[in-house]
Amino acid sequence: MKRYSAFAVAREAFRHHAGWERAWRNPEPKKSYDVIIIGAGGHGLATAFWLGKNHGITNVAVIEKGWLGGGNTGRNTTIIRSNYLQDPSAAIYEKSRSLYETMSQDVNYNIMFSPRGVMMLAQTHHEVRGYLRTEHANNLQGVATTFVGPEKVKELCPIINIDGPRYPVLGALWQPRGGTARHDAVAWGYARACSDMGMDIIQQCEVTGVRQQGGQVTGVDTTKGAIDCKKLGIVVAGHSGVLADMAGFRLPLESVALQALVSEPIKPCMDVVVMANTVHGYMSQSDKGEMVIGGGTDGYNNYTQRGSFHHIEETVRALIETFPMISRLKMLRQWGGIVDVTGDRSPIIGKTPLGNCFINCGWGTGGFKAIPGSGWATAEMIAKGEPGPLAAEFGMDRFKEGRFIDESVAAGVAH
Amino acid sequence: MSTRLANGGRLVNRDRAVSFSFNGKQMRGFEGDTLASALLAGDQMLVGRSFKYHRPRGIVASGAEEPNGLVNLGSGDMFEPNARVTTTEVFDGLQAGSQNHWPSLEFDVGAVNAKLSRFLPAGFYYKMFIHPRPLWKHVYEPFIRQSAGLGKAPKDRDGERYEHFYAHVDLLIIGGGIAGLVAAKAAIGSGLRVLVVEQTAAWGGRAPVDGAEIDGMPADQWVAQTVAELDAAENIEMRTRLMGAGVYDHGYVLGYERIGDHQPGASLPKHRLWRIRAGHVLTATGAIERPLSFAGNDVPGVMLASAVRDYAVNFGVSAGDRTVVVTNNDDAYRTALVMKEAGLDVPAIIDARDGGAGALGAEAEAAGIRVLKGKGIAKVKGGKRVTGVATCAMAGEGTPQEEIACDVVAMSGGWSPVVHLWSHCGGKLLWDEHHAFFRPDPERAPTGAAGEAFVSVAGSANGAMALANVVVDAAAQGVAAVKAAGGKAAKVAVKAEAEDMAAMAPVWMMPQGAKYELRTKMWLDYQNDVKVSDVQLAAQEGFESVEHTKRYTTLGMATDQGKLSNINGLAILSDALNQPIPQTGTTTFRPPYTPISMGAIAGEARDTIFQPLRKTPMHEWHDAHGAHWEPVGHWRRAYCFQQPGESVEDAVQREVKNTREKLGLLDASTLGKLIVKGPDAGKFLDMLYTNMMSTLKVGRCRYGLMCSENGFLMDDGVVARLSEDTFLCHTTSGGADHIHAHMEEWLQTEWWDWKVWVVNATEQYAQVAVVGPKARKVLQKLGGLDVSRDALPFMGWAEGEIAGIPARAFRISFSGELSYEIAVPANYGQAFWDKLIEAGEEFGVMPYGTEALHIMRAEKGFIMIGDETDGTVIPQDLELNWAISKKKEDFIGKRGQERVHMTDPDRWKLVGLKTVDGSVLPDGAYAVSEGSNANGQRNVIGRVTSTYHSPTLDRGIAMGLVKHGPDRMGERLEFPKVDGTSVHAEICDPVFFDREGEKQDV
Repeated sequence: MKRYSAFAVAREAFRHHAGWERAWRNPEPKKSYDVIIIGAGGHGLATAFWLGKNHGITNVAVIEKGWLGGGNTGRNTTIIRSNYLQDPSAAIYEKSRSLYETMSQDVNYNIMFSPRGVMMLAQTHHEVRGYLRTEHANNLQGVATTFVGPEKVKELCPIINIDGPRYPVLGALWQPRGGTARHDAVAWGYARACSDMGMDIIQQCEVTGVRQQGGQVTGVDTTKGAIDCKKLGIVVAGHSGVLADMAGFRLPLESVALQALVSEPIKPCMDVVVMANTVHGYMSQSDKGEMVIGGGTDGYNNYTQRGSFHHIEETVRALIETFPMISRLKMLRQWGGIVDVTGDRSPIIGKTPLGNCFINCGWGTGGFKAIPGSGWATAEMIAKGEPGPLAAEFGMDRFKEGRFIDESVAAGVAH
Repeated sequence: MSTRLANGGRLVNRDRAVSFSFNGKQMRGFEGDTLASALLAGDQMLVGRSFKYHRPRGIVASGAEEPNGLVNLGSGDMFEPNARVTTTEVFDGLQAGSQNHWPSLEFDVGAVNAKLSRFLPAGFYYKMFIHPRPLWKHVYEPFIRQSAGLGKAPKDRDGERYEHFYAHVDLLIIGGGIAGLVAAKAAIGSGLRVLVVEQTAAWGGRAPVDGAEIDGMPADQWVAQTVAELDAAENIEMRTRLMGAGVYDHGYVLGYERIGDHQPGASLPKHRLWRIRAGHVLTATGAIERPLSFAGNDVPGVMLASAVRDYAVNFGVSAGDRTVVVTNNDDAYRTALVMKEAGLDVPAIIDARDGGAGALGAEAEAAGIRVLKGKGIAKVKGGKRVTGVATCAMAGEGTPQEEIACDVVAMSGGWSPVVHLWSHCGGKLLWDEHHAFFRPDPERAPTGAAGEAFVSVAGSANGAMALANVVVDAAAQGVAAVKAAGGKAAKVAVKAEAEDMAAMAPVWMMPQGAKYELRTKMWLDYQNDVKVSDVQLAAQEGFESVEHTKRYTTLGMATDQGKLSNINGLAILSDALNQPIPQTGTTTFRPPYTPISMGAIAGEARDTIFQPLRKTPMHEWHDAHGAHWEPVGHWRRAYCFQQPGESVEDAVQREVKNTREKLGLLDASTLGKLIVKGPDAGKFLDMLYTNMMSTLKVGRCRYGLMCSENGFLMDDGVVARLSEDTFLCHTTSGGADHIHAHMEEWLQTEWWDWKVWVVNATEQYAQVAVVGPKARKVLQKLGGLDVSRDALPFMGWAEGEIAGIPARAFRISFSGELSYEIAVPANYGQAFWDKLIEAGEEFGVMPYGTEALHIMRAEKGFIMIGDETDGTVIPQDLELNWAISKKKEDFIGKRGQERVHMTDPDRWKLVGLKTVDGSVLPDGAYAVSEGSNANGQRNVIGRVTSTYHSPTLDRGIAMGLVKHGPDRMGERLEFPKVDGTSVHAEICDPVFFDREGEKQDV
């Protein structure tokens, strides 16, 4: 693979860019692989990437029903933060955030990680206490956050109205090293790096069955034929329940639509990410200039990746209250993504009742920020056959035991 | 140059001139002009700069599809960026300014990007700026952000207002062109409620511009007659300036009406958002002309042929003096004829087809217009304005043949039906080979709950291109839609003459064999600067899915959402991938059809009423007496009552002391009050609460805990049995609504056959906590109900009159003091409060707020939902086992609490915490033990859940959850602070004050 660099771009500029190779190969599936990952979204590709990088396993296929990065990786609001309350969450999200910092260099693809800082507003006394708790927890978890007062909030984000008539801003939990990244580039960067390691990314290939023998997985049936494998990773977010059904087990998940929208692009006016949980909405400005806005999940289960309107209304209201000037902007586009949500709103990374079949799902509304760390932990589990310390607490058995990892304590908003 | 013609302009009123400004220059237009037509009339073709290369951009289109003509409007709190000139109506005093340039529109430094364009192909930023790492954040990204974006950010709070409107109709027809009007005729007298909406200010669509005849009369006359006829129909409502913005499930349609936009100062709402629920939706949204991809097709002066014609016919404006028409279809010939007729030069029609046009071709030649067949444009000359074109053979590589001087190029690459609304809710498309466009597939319509198609399409939106076909299709679709909506359709017979038209020939690149240099100059997306070469590069690099190509190149991601660029782009992609266009498919059509204002989405709900504001009956009194408000859900509650010269902290301390020593009043009206009634009410409450409620005696109260299915404590409160089958359940203030919903959920989904009825009576009562050693005295002074210890013992309740006001008094205490919570009908709330204040004066009465309430309960070791609980805490953690029935077979949460982790002896348990130095423990602090876990995080063994300065004890007190806490009384714990220092605290009993409860039970 030819490396990307300013020099390479300059070289190609003088020969009509004719020398650029495919970012990833488009192979037909082989008969068998050491590991098959189902799902070429961010989490699946990151899993494959770290299988190769950390564990030297490169005889890997990543199978994708549609086009890679086309699920929630390509339809989220790109926020990256690790200011989580509970230890297991803080550990994996902070690992993820730190991997995002070097990802462009690790995969030689500019994913535009922008550590511009993430601010979670406190607008009730209850919320202030909640964030003070998170600040203390983060301090012991090695996650750099501070609780800042309203003046600092205004300084970091001048377009915020800190003394609105209903929910004046009392402060914020500030994570200066959180930020955003270009979501598509995360998928593309990993895909290119995986392909370069010799892995096969097989798009337009739907898994139709999971093959097993004696309680062990042996392969998958797909629309491109049967493919054998020694180990299988199911990393398919919204459709996890469907795949689990093929593998013969059930998951404690529900799938709901999460709504988002963007405004028309305007010149830079907001340099940080702001989340306002009391009024329920969050916003950042993309490098292109669009205000990227996210809100809540629909109140019913569903698999259609369509926008609905009632949540958009609530979200826009909340954000106009927080950023009054956006009232004069226009909504350009709204959409929905299907998120798979567990009972405690934390993910599942773990072994399954089927031998050598592993699962990574349930990221709910917050999966994008976790991609590199989730891949790291899932790869470790697949390579070693047992979850490592990052994944240890996220097994499915926690629902049986009541060992929840509940983050709604700290933040009731989708993110 | 572009200018106003001496005659013509069917939409403008030449008797009513308006003046407006553009970039500070005063200009004139007529009533009825769009900003685009008025700018063109004043020779202002150059209106903006493109996104990436900052190329000069001129007006291309005449409607919603315009990608270039984006300006800012107004100033101050009326400032609005990115307004589309083609859909903005001019008015006297309008101020407009161009965007995305520095220092000026004519001279923009950013245009250096265009010079560097060979280094900036699609996706260049993914390949560059990787090293060294810090430069992305500090140098590259700020630079990219600065040159991206379009209009400036508004600075002020919105100075205008917006409103929402609901409409429920049987049939909604979107689009007031010929198709929409013909279809609507089928609904006359149908008995259906029908709404017909048109996004522009005028009915009739394109047909009048094309000089068509319908039913033997000029189109304008037919439109006027038909609109009058529809207006007269009682069951049909007609609305202009109302755009169908989005179609959602179950016939929910979003309409976007422009009201104040073109008449500012008339104190009208700026926009009105229509939330329409329609039985059936018929979209008659017409078609949009496609550009052609030839080198230099982005130079100002290159316009859609239909737009050039629109400006001449609708507004009496010529886009230029010499118009070259370039086309692959007959329709564009009309533009040549219109311009010629207006007395302007049309040096040539360049027709990509070898065979040329049908009847219109002959007409053009008869008018003396030269028609070049089988030719294309090799290159457009000019920088900020077209100066000419070089022709070439369509089949070749683009060797220039002839130069033709001109200042306008009117192009037409064919038409694409507007299928957006059809597609929003899942309608699928099929590829029409004949016309080379996607049109709705009637077999795969958006479907409703019963599987029925709830959207249908008429006219050119449905792929019927010639007017003769449009009227036939629209009549049929109109009749079908009326039937689908359950009405009786009227007969519709509308006739238009068929024309002799030659078939269009798909042209995706001009010329066919264009070399690389030409392909880098062929724009697909004008606003985002995506060229044919970019899409080809994307295909070369493996971005084969149309979604990948879109995202990699940004094709179709501009504010026009690809209305002009998408089909051309995916044709280029299909060609590069050597696959048929339908295999490539389209990207997803998302609402809204064109951008709609955030203000309209929010509607009236803003500022103080952005969410419902709930006030207790005593709200105004509190406000007048120094209430420091805090939001609690939708309620406002007084955090404390500040006296002059007092800090908030001082006020809280004073309120606690006063209540403990004398008499305090708390407005507890926000407390949830759910009435649970019915023969099975006791059984039901036994399932909801962890303790037994069915054994509660009438006249008595009991404190109860409510858990989630998982066993976690979710709410607490006092239950009073009002009669044999009636219970009053008090919930927390924040919990009233969701506990009500929780009860309903269980009743409706699990125990639907139980005879229980739940009513949320929270707002029916004002409730006052009368608290302190003098509580009984003040009530006795008011007179009425016997509140003596014997008549009304602790945890009892009684009903009667106090001071002549009907009241229910509960002998309960959340402060540890002698306390009565007295409920009166809400409309007596203020009167009752006034009497208490007046009668209490001699006892030293003072109101207290929520913070004093919190401190007093913490002094007593009472838990607070939301402080001691956070959704992960079970009652057993809080040493509340006494409130968990051992006798009951089941209650919600029982099974959850039996799970392994819930019975783990290592669970953190409730204790009191006293700092060694008497200071206040930091809120949210954690207690640490030695070492770190496998992930390098410090090991923790407990945390602070509530922490206050106790005025009663004059020291810091806290409650917390600590591993093995109750077994470790007297042990010291270390709580690190965020500044790096630590506080040490001793584990103690959580009841800091009046352990024996003597004060409350007097």
